[in-house]
Amino acid sequence: MQLRPILSSLSHHKLTASLLMLQVALTCAIVCNVVFMITNRLEQVTLPSGVDEAGLSMLNSESIDKNENRLARHAADLAGLRAIPGVTAAVAVDTLPLGRDESSYGTCASAEDLAKAIAARSMMREGLCVQPAVYGGTQGEVGALGLHLIAGRDFRADEYVAGSGVSVVILSRALAEKLYPGKAALGQSIYAGGDKPIRVIGIVDTLLRPHLRASEVNQYAMLFPMLPNDGEVTYLLRSAPQDRERVLRIAAEKLEQLSPERIIPASSIRTYTQMRDAYFQRDTTMIGLLLASGLGLLFVTALGITGLANFWVQQRRRSIGIRRAIGATRGDILRYFQAENFLIVTAGIVLGLLLAVMLNLVLMKHYELPRLPLYYLPIGALVLWLLCQLAVLGPALRAAAVPPVVATRSV
Amino acid sequence: MFGYYLDLALRSLTRSKVLTALMVLAIGLGIGASMTMITVLHVMSGDPLPGRSNQLYYPQLDPLPLKYQQSAYGPDPRLNFTWPDAMALLAAHRAERQAAMAGGALLVRPAQTGLRPFYVDGRYATTDFFAMFGVTFLRGQGWSGADDDGRARVVVLSEKLSRKLFGTNDSVGRTVRFGDADLRVIGVSADWQPQPMFYADASAKVFDDADQFFLPLSTALDLKFDTNSNQSSWSSFEGDMKSPVLTWLQVWVQLKDAGQVAAYRQFLIDYSAQQKALGRFERPPTQARLYGLMSWLDRQNLVPADVRLQLWLALGFLLVCMINIVALLLAKFLRRSGEVSVRRALGARRRDIFLQFGIESAVIGLAGGVLGLVIAQLGLWSVRHRPDDYAHLAQMDVSMLIGTFVLAVLASVLAGLLPAWRACRVAPALQLKTL
Repeated sequence: MQLRPILSSLSHHKLTASLLMLQVALTCAIVCNVVFMITNRLEQVTLPSGVDEAGLSMLNSESIDKNENRLARHAADLAGLRAIPGVTAAVAVDTLPLGRDESSYGTCASAEDLAKAIAARSMMREGLCVQPAVYGGTQGEVGALGLHLIAGRDFRADEYVAGSGVSVVILSRALAEKLYPGKAALGQSIYAGGDKPIRVIGIVDTLLRPHLRASEVNQYAMLFPMLPNDGEVTYLLRSAPQDRERVLRIAAEKLEQLSPERIIPASSIRTYTQMRDAYFQRDTTMIGLLLASGLGLLFVTALGITGLANFWVQQRRRSIGIRRAIGATRGDILRYFQAENFLIVTAGIVLGLLLAVMLNLVLMKHYELPRLPLYYLPIGALVLWLLCQLAVLGPALRAAAVPPVVATRSV
Repeated sequence: MFGYYLDLALRSLTRSKVLTALMVLAIGLGIGASMTMITVLHVMSGDPLPGRSNQLYYPQLDPLPLKYQQSAYGPDPRLNFTWPDAMALLAAHRAERQAAMAGGALLVRPAQTGLRPFYVDGRYATTDFFAMFGVTFLRGQGWSGADDDGRARVVVLSEKLSRKLFGTNDSVGRTVRFGDADLRVIGVSADWQPQPMFYADASAKVFDDADQFFLPLSTALDLKFDTNSNQSSWSSFEGDMKSPVLTWLQVWVQLKDAGQVAAYRQFLIDYSAQQKALGRFERPPTQARLYGLMSWLDRQNLVPADVRLQLWLALGFLLVCMINIVALLLAKFLRRSGEVSVRRALGARRRDIFLQFGIESAVIGLAGGVLGLVIAQLGLWSVRHRPDDYAHLAQMDVSMLIGTFVLAVLASVLAGLLPAWRACRVAPALQLKTL
């Protein structure tokens, strides 16, 4: 394939060709970053919570009777909820993974670290201590959530306390590895929000925080044998997935019967799946928008290439005819247009990859996006090459079909 | 001549229907996406109190210890005021009007049967709140400074809450049970929902919430009503809301002119210096600030990062669509070099050719604008179905409607400029030879 004639022909269409090149470059830059953002959001949305989500549902109860004995109220409510046919487990909890409401304590691995952190007037400085989320609940929370205990044991009945002052804790694996790198966390004592040691008696595999932060701290979470003692409490119910709606309806009625001195917000009566979807709703919207705009861009660019190639084929009918008349085969004409497209698109892609990296740097600065992995670039280039070749195929075939006799006609 | 060019444009456009449709589609998509996001941004950064906002200011002090470490996740404690500072600014009376306030959600127990107890959002404030923000009263009025001092058991209801509780907007003199206290209704305000709710702190859903009741701040404190503002302390405060190490109040002041603004700014610095001399403040007094309402809102970053990203995405899309159309129009116009040359040879001036092609691209722009408007309405409809607090605001007003057309025509005329210019520079002799 001779490139010289193509280049000299393109030099007559400098402006149009460079516009096309610019379009390919911008598309390449934007689409690379859009795809990267989509993968990021997808990772976020599909994060495992550690909870066995399928059979869980929940509802909130806010007591409006100030003088009520809350522990007794919760116990009576739970007894009532467990009696609902189809409910296999019911616990009262203060918050849930992806439940948004979070309480966290500055937590240190040892008394010395705690002392150093206090001296530095900062829990976080120098990585001495971390700020994990805390889950409290009635007995059976680990089982009801379906958490996977990988070491140690669940809490015993006599370890539960109302409010603060727990003496044992179950850590998530990520937190255990952070606090005690390279050694067994089981049996160690953490210091969380006070100078009283809290012994680690169990480790669960995966456990997300109620409110996600940076990916490395998302699993810093721990369970306290701490009975909910606030006016507002979440009742968590486990049942067969198909029973969830029925169980929730009966549960709301039952709680209302047991004590009318409460408010059950209608928005809090939901399955765990609904809560999870609501948590990631913005990300799902964003994924949809990113997908639509990425596909839209590719479509518009393909369109531009087809349209332009069409014009050029029409414009060059005579010269195609002459070339055919002096011996060029259909394949020669076809390859000519393909090579021309390849040249323009390649120039666009080279510029586009540069722009993609720059755009990524801007996004990193303003939108907390991680660095674009380099393997996105060749994949993006390949996709654009294929798409553009496909887009030019139609017009190129039409050009190849121009009969040599055109050369002999005057107009 | 205009009619003739229009006719030529339509003929040319209908000759290649598919291509015209695709160009209109591309510009329509670009304009539609951009206008959707520009409208969302426009409504989110609107003026909450037109006519009043230029006189309202938010002061800011810095009572934090020198060594305080700001957490990346928590709110900045300096955004709010401690009780002693707020009361000192109020007592100084250096502004035309000044008010301290905090948000609260209270349990209302309706007296009549058939209505279950419910929580309702409202504001604890001081007397100037109503006059300063221009809240209109349907019945009765707000409370006085004496009521503030006397912790009067009074409340102002919004029309909505009054109707819910009593079935009428004339509930002055009646009693409502908030939490465990009986408060006497002294006024009913017209429903009032500035967008955004600029005077609440960052913990509020500022595009969704509206206050349903107002009661004196001192009364709320006396009755130990909880606040739902952010509470930040940098030292132990033992539950005392009047503690000098706990910020939770918002303070707004009304200042008439630039002179008053400068004087108030100086007052804040003097106050900080005095507090520093007393050993309460540790940081330099020049840390004290005074923000106008609109610049305060700018600083609050009310527009979520996702929405800004969506706007850039839409604009990027529009840019690519524009380049696409420039290239297509260029190719299309240059293909008609022969036609241009004949017209030029017959006496048409360059500017005639330019006008002819300009009109052709404007027609595409206008059609794209109509399509873009439809797409933008679809886009806004989908934004309204998001569960975010700003969703219900996503409506196009007249200025945005006109803006859509202006943007569409501007975009396509801009896109047509270069091709039309190139077309009118075609040398007639060269082209005519080959005909």
